[in-house]
Amino acid sequence: MTPGTSTSEAKAVDVQNSTPRVHLGSLDTLWFQVGGTLCNLTCTHCFISCSPTNHTHELMTLEQIRPYLDEAVELGVKEYYFTGGEPFIKREMEEIIRETLRVGPVTVLTNGLLLDPARCDRLAALAADSEYSFDVRISLDGYNAETNDAIRGEGTFDRILAGIKNAAAVGISPVLTVTEVHEDNGTDDGRRRFLRLLSEIGIDHPRLKFLPVFKLGAEAERTGAYEGWETLECGAADTWDHLQCSSCRMVTDLGVWVCPILVNEPSGRMGDHLADTLDGFPLSHPACWTCHVHEVTCRT
Amino acid sequence: MSDASKIQAHRGMATWGETLVPLEDFREAAMGFGRRLSPEERASSVSEFVAADADPTPVEGPFERVAIFGGIYSNTHALGALLEDAAQRGADAVYCLGDFGGFGPNPEHVWPLLEAAGVKSIQGNYEAALASGRTDCNCGYTDPRDNQFADLSYRYTEQNCSAGFKVYMGGLPARRRIRVGTSEFLLVHGSPRRVNEFLFESTSPEPFLEALCTKVQVDGFLCSHTGLRWHRALPSGRDVVNVGVIGRPANDGRTDVWYTLLSAAGEGVEVEFVPLAYDHLALADEMRREHLPEEFVETVLTGWWTTCLEILPARERAASAY
Ligand code: SF4
Ligand code: SF4
Repeated sequence: MTPGTSTSEAKAVDVQNSTPRVHLGSLDTLWFQVGGTLCNLTCTHCFISCSPTNHTHELMTLEQIRPYLDEAVELGVKEYYFTGGEPFIKREMEEIIRETLRVGPVTVLTNGLLLDPARCDRLAALAADSEYSFDVRISLDGYNAETNDAIRGEGTFDRILAGIKNAAAVGISPVLTVTEVHEDNGTDDGRRRFLRLLSEIGIDHPRLKFLPVFKLGAEAERTGAYEGWETLECGAADTWDHLQCSSCRMVTDLGVWVCPILVNEPSGRMGDHLADTLDGFPLSHPACWTCHVHEVTCRT
Repeated sequence: MSDASKIQAHRGMATWGETLVPLEDFREAAMGFGRRLSPEERASSVSEFVAADADPTPVEGPFERVAIFGGIYSNTHALGALLEDAAQRGADAVYCLGDFGGFGPNPEHVWPLLEAAGVKSIQGNYEAALASGRTDCNCGYTDPRDNQFADLSYRYTEQNCSAGFKVYMGGLPARRRIRVGTSEFLLVHGSPRRVNEFLFESTSPEPFLEALCTKVQVDGFLCSHTGLRWHRALPSGRDVVNVGVIGRPANDGRTDVWYTLLSAAGEGVEVEFVPLAYDHLALADEMRREHLPEEFVETVLTGWWTTCLEILPARERAASAY
C-alpha cells in the first residue's frame, strides 16, 4: 500500500457504502500517546515502529493533556491509559499521572526498562494518594531470554524482569502484556509458562494480557503486511459494539485519533478536540479486520 | 533492518502504512483528516452525546425503606438470615440484583425462599446464561486454573437447577426502577449499560458515574456483580451503590456478608451497609458434601477469595490476601 492509495481507497469504499461504520456508544477509555513514537527500544513487532528517532508523534506535555482531561470529565470517561513509545522517557510523566489520577483510574503501558527502584517508590506513593486505581503494564514477549530478546532486543529479558521485580517490591503488581509473536504464547501451555515464570520471581496471581499482532509498521516488515482480502464489509457482523473504537479515543500531539492502533494512518485522525470525534468511524483499514477477528481490546 | 539502521531510519521521516515519508508529508496529510467544529457545534455535539435515553421501565414504590442485595451464589444460609434481618429492620420491600447460583451448593433451594418472601429480582449474568441454555459461563480468564473453577461452578449450577427455575430466571426483568422517598433509583446487575460490566470502587470515577446517571435519568443506581460493596455520594447529590454479594465474604478476612438498606431521609436517602453473620460452618459442610472445590470452602471459612482474582483492579487487589 502506498501512502497515496491508502486514503483514496478508504474514501472510495466509504462512498460505495460497503464499509461498515462504528458508532461511539460512550467514551469509556481515553488513551494518550504521551511518549509519542519515541522509545528506548526498537522492537521488531512494534506496529508503530517506535525508535529513539521516530518523531511522527512527539512527546506530550501536561499542558497539552489538561484540556483533554477537562473534556473527558464532561463526557464521563471511565479510565485513562498512557502509552507511547515509552511514557517514562517523559520527565513530567509522574506529574501527568498524579493529575490524571484526580479524575479517574490510570494505566501506564511501559517496556519496564526505566522502572528503577527510586521511580517505583515514587509511583507507589502516587498510587497510595489516589482513590482510583493505578496500574502499570509491562510488555514481555517470551518466557525466556531467547524468545523475548529476539523481539525486544538483546539483553531486554533480564532488564524487563528487573523492572517487574522493582514494581512488585513496592506493591505495584504489574499486568504483563504478551503479544502473540510466538505461536504458543497465548495457548494454555504458553500461559502456564508465563505464570510459572512470574511465580518463580515471587508474583502470585499475576495478571496477563495477551494481544494479537497487528501487521503494521515494523511488524509488517517482520512477517508481511495485510492481504487485500483482510477488510471488513457490511454484514460481517450485525453490530460493531465489540470493537474498542465503539468506546475509546486516542490523543496524540497531533490531535484526536480513532484508536491506539491507527495513529500512523492519517485517516485515523478525527479532530482537534474530543468533541469533534463523537460521531462514527469507517472501518476501512485492514487492521480493523484483526480487531474484529480477534476481538481485540488494548485496555486491560 | 539492523538495529543501527532502525535507529536512524526515522530521522526526519514518518511511517505511513508500510512506507517512510517525510515527516511534513505525514503531518500535512493527517491534518487534512478529522472534523473541525466551531465552539458552538462542539458544545452541542457534547450535549447530544451525554443526553438521556428514554427508558420505559415502570417505577415501583414509593418505599420508605428497602433491602437490596446481590449474588446469592446458592448460599441459602445467608439468604435466610438476610430475610429475617430485613424484616426486623422494617424493610417495605426486598430486591435481589441477580446471580442466584454459582460457587455454592444446591442452587434449586434458593427458589422457594425467594418466592415465599416475595423478593423482587432482576437477572444477573448467571440467570441470563442459564435461561438461554448456555453450557459454559464464558468467563474467559487468562489463567487456565481460574477458567477451570469458573467452568466447574457453572456446570454444577446448570445441572442442579430445574427447568422450571430456569424458566423463572428467564422471565425476570434485566432492570427495575424504584422510588425511595422522593428519589428514583435504577437497579441493575452489572451496570446500567451491561449485565456483565464490573463496577469497582477504584475504577468507577465520579464523572463516569454522573454520566451514567444522566443517561438513565435517575437520582442514582444500585448494582452488584463484582462482589465488593461501595457507595459513592456524587457531587450532584446522586448516590451510586454497589451492594456487594451475600453469597460469599467480601475478601476482607471476615466471614460476614453484606446487604444494603436504602431509606428515605429528608430530600434524599440514607445508604447503610448491613453485615450479616450467618451459619457459614453449615454452608461449608454442605459445600463439602456436594464435592465443591476446597478452594471455595476456604473462602467461606476465612473470608478471603482464593480464585478468579484477576478481575480485581490494582487498589482492590492491594487489600487482598492472595
Ligand atoms: S513495542 Fe513498545 S517497547 Fe517496543 S519499540 Fe514499540 S513502543 Fe517501544
Ligand atoms: S483498528 Fe480496530 S480499534 Fe481501530 S478503528 Fe479499526 S477496528 Fe476500530
